[in-house]
Amino acid sequence: MLAGIALTLVSLWYGQNHGLAPVQASADAVLVDDLFNTMMTVGMGIFLLVEGVLIICMFKFRRKPGDDTDGPPIAGNIPLEILWTAIPVVIVLVIGVYSFEIYRIEGGFDPEAAEQSPVQVSPVQVAMLPDTEMSAPLLPPASQPVSHKPMHNHMALGVGGMPDQMKDPDLTVNVMGLQYAWIFTYQDTGVTAGELHLPADKDVKLVIKAQDVLHAFWLPQFRLKQDAIPGQDAELRFTPTRVGEYPIICAELCGPYHGAMASKLYVQPADEFDQWLQQQIASQPNSDQTVAAKPAADRTDADYLATFAAHNPVDAAALEQLHPHSMQHSMSEQAAQSLQPTA
Amino acid sequence: MLPYLVAEPFHRLLQFVMTQTEAPTTKLPSGHHPAQERKWQDYFTFNTDHKVIGIQYLVTSFVFFAIGGLMADVIRTELRTPASDVVSPELYNQLLTLHGTIMIFLWIIPAGAGLANYLIPLMIGARDMAFPKMNALAFWMLPPAGVLLALSILVDAPQAGWTSYPPLSLMTGKVGEGIWIFSLLVLGTSSILGAINFFTTIIKMRVPSMDLNSMPLFCWSMLATSALILIGTPVLAGALILLAFDLLVGTAFFNPTGGGDPVVYQHMFWFYSHPAVYIMILPLFGAISEIIPVHARKPIFGYLAIAYSSLAISFLGLIVWAHHMFTSGTPAWLRMFFMITTMVIAVPTGIKVFSWLATMWGGKIALNSAMLFAMGFVGEFVIGGISGVMVASVPFDIHVHDTYFIVAHLHYVLFGGSVFGIYAAIYHWFPKMTGRMMNEPLGIVHFILTLIGMNLTFMPMHALGMQGMNRRVALYDPQFQPLNELCTIGAYILAVSTVPFLINAVWSWIKGAKAGDNPWNALTLEWQTTSPPEIENFETLPVLAWGPYDYGVERIPEDIEPPLTSPELQPDTSALS
Repeated sequence: MLAGIALTLVSLWYGQNHGLAPVQASADAVLVDDLFNTMMTVGMGIFLLVEGVLIICMFKFRRKPGDDTDGPPIAGNIPLEILWTAIPVVIVLVIGVYSFEIYRIEGGFDPEAAEQSPVQVSPVQVAMLPDTEMSAPLLPPASQPVSHKPMHNHMALGVGGMPDQMKDPDLTVNVMGLQYAWIFTYQDTGVTAGELHLPADKDVKLVIKAQDVLHAFWLPQFRLKQDAIPGQDAELRFTPTRVGEYPIICAELCGPYHGAMASKLYVQPADEFDQWLQQQIASQPNSDQTVAAKPAADRTDADYLATFAAHNPVDAAALEQLHPHSMQHSMSEQAAQSLQPTA
Repeated sequence: MLPYLVAEPFHRLLQFVMTQTEAPTTKLPSGHHPAQERKWQDYFTFNTDHKVIGIQYLVTSFVFFAIGGLMADVIRTELRTPASDVVSPELYNQLLTLHGTIMIFLWIIPAGAGLANYLIPLMIGARDMAFPKMNALAFWMLPPAGVLLALSILVDAPQAGWTSYPPLSLMTGKVGEGIWIFSLLVLGTSSILGAINFFTTIIKMRVPSMDLNSMPLFCWSMLATSALILIGTPVLAGALILLAFDLLVGTAFFNPTGGGDPVVYQHMFWFYSHPAVYIMILPLFGAISEIIPVHARKPIFGYLAIAYSSLAISFLGLIVWAHHMFTSGTPAWLRMFFMITTMVIAVPTGIKVFSWLATMWGGKIALNSAMLFAMGFVGEFVIGGISGVMVASVPFDIHVHDTYFIVAHLHYVLFGGSVFGIYAAIYHWFPKMTGRMMNEPLGIVHFILTLIGMNLTFMPMHALGMQGMNRRVALYDPQFQPLNELCTIGAYILAVSTVPFLINAVWSWIKGAKAGDNPWNALTLEWQTTSPPEIENFETLPVLAWGPYDYGVERIPEDIEPPLTSPELQPDTSALS
């Protein structure tokens, strides 16, 4: 009895004070942490119960020297067995419903995500097999218009808008993963950057794509992650609630320099963010042509990269080799050679 | 005429199978050949004796455990510092790929198959497996495939992780990836052949007095395991063959550059590879259910619940695979379905854990090495089980997927579970296999080192993953260094912990104290014959005089020869050997 109370108290305390989670920078983080704390409390209780029984058995029920007799022939106890089947069923049910609810509030079932706004079909996703007969009937990638009926986008992937915000996001950023960098393109302004700047307390939507292999876009402080899959768009929609600087991590093995594929997220007060955005818009046309004004499909890889080359280990030459033209050939060697010094 | 043409070959095949499983009973009953001794050379030949094959599996898999463990220690040495400074990034990815593949396909799965081979016929009173030649064939596919895989590090090892997701796996070197696919196809085939044997043997070759519900629980767990292998492995083979086409011929089943879908590969891969977790743990669940009653001197608590929970785990294990893909291309409703099925697995697993605890409670526990490892198994596995329910929860998994939290979770299940279970089984059945006892003090040193090393290596990884360290990286944020250093020290302790075990096993095999037929005073049939058992297991086929766990129940005194049933009723497979 006393042991039971102690066990419950320790579990309750530990569930709130494990200190395992990083800082919370979004509403999602608060929700997920509450869920984790609940699971940690229940888990701690079960852990203490099992380890406690094992330790008691080691000391209390140890065979006395010289005693070769058997223990009591108890082969079962139906009520007890029903009890320890029923309790896990209830626990699992509660955690299941709770997780379902958190996922719903986070926007996992966002109905809008299922029928997304027009998606710019990037060259990579259309003309996939250059230099073969299969690609012949396709238009050259550069003249591909913006598609209003994306074929590959019929299901919602990722975490969408919270159900009480049935409106367009305040800001939409395209996120392109490629070996070994993230490229961020702000949809309204066409600004392209190698680091992500977001305004605090605004509803933000990231459209996540991959150029070459699988990547995963992870924001630990936001408790959000979504794989970037070549040929499929996914989204993460959230509201940053805390000003600061956070790591962006690739969480899906993407090659030898996977560990180096990291970037930064700067959450800034709205006015500071606007200032930054204006700066970017102002600085980008300076590079020989007006990059931002070009339609996305007309931009070359070098255009994309020019604006943030300083932050990024990938240069235009490396990207050329990463392009699908060279994908079939000894990809790894070329990429490794060109990336080694900077990575 | 036509039906006859079709039916006749089938009839013959059926006849052939029947004679394999139920050989003519007019043959010599047994005991008529002079008692033969196994020579050490036999263990290096194509031998059809299930006991030889069992030991071949166990020793071979342990060699690969050592190789995979060495790779793990190189990985941990690299991770001692945040920089990528010990091995090249390519070699690092090759090592983590080979470490995962070897530990799964060449250590835990074959070690389980080894135990099953050795124990099933002895436990059910059979003279051998149902298909002895196929059994030997299944084993001998293992060494070439394993050596090929391990040696690939000398040329160009695979480096896309043991999951080998396209498109990365199609772009990181054809030779290594080709070797990986080929070797896995061979190992999968070997696994299927083994499963056919286990299943047939358990269903068809029990002594007549043993019905399904008086089988040892290890046999129940192997039924469940075999079903998973037979259903899951062909799907993996399908995925691998399609991947090989993409890799070698340039098709685009999974390659997005040709319109393929990489997510389909993930579905096919995990349709096998999640059940593979149960293929790796169920045999040890079975072994633990054997070991605990013997050393606690109490009947197993809730025989039927444990038996049927194995089947429940086996069934549920087939419909949870997409929980590995919660952040991948999995739509919302599918994420919810797989979350619920995954969490439900905690129920049959919980039944087992509580039943083991209740078996020990009030017993007279002998704290020898076998029992210590069995109790360690329960204590460590439960941690992996709790974190397993946590990562089943979609919102939480979105945060920790592909991080060190997952690495911690899977190692608590597969090291704290499977490896502790294999050690417990070896300490428990070593006297039967060799006729000699293992050294207890060395065994206890081994246990303590393994327990400390295991928790020091994997416990801090939970925190690393929660705080933002992704897995499969050679370089990481310097803030994670202190915990990583702890993990690395733990990994070195684990490496050292195998030394007392190896010394113990080799020395005891040659010079250990004689064990006698039944050193633990156990009740299952394998202990009712000589140690090591003679070539065809039993002088006269045994008849069940008591249940497998009738401890504390009044039993027929052991010196009374069990009465012989009429020879007609005895399955006899002597024609096969």
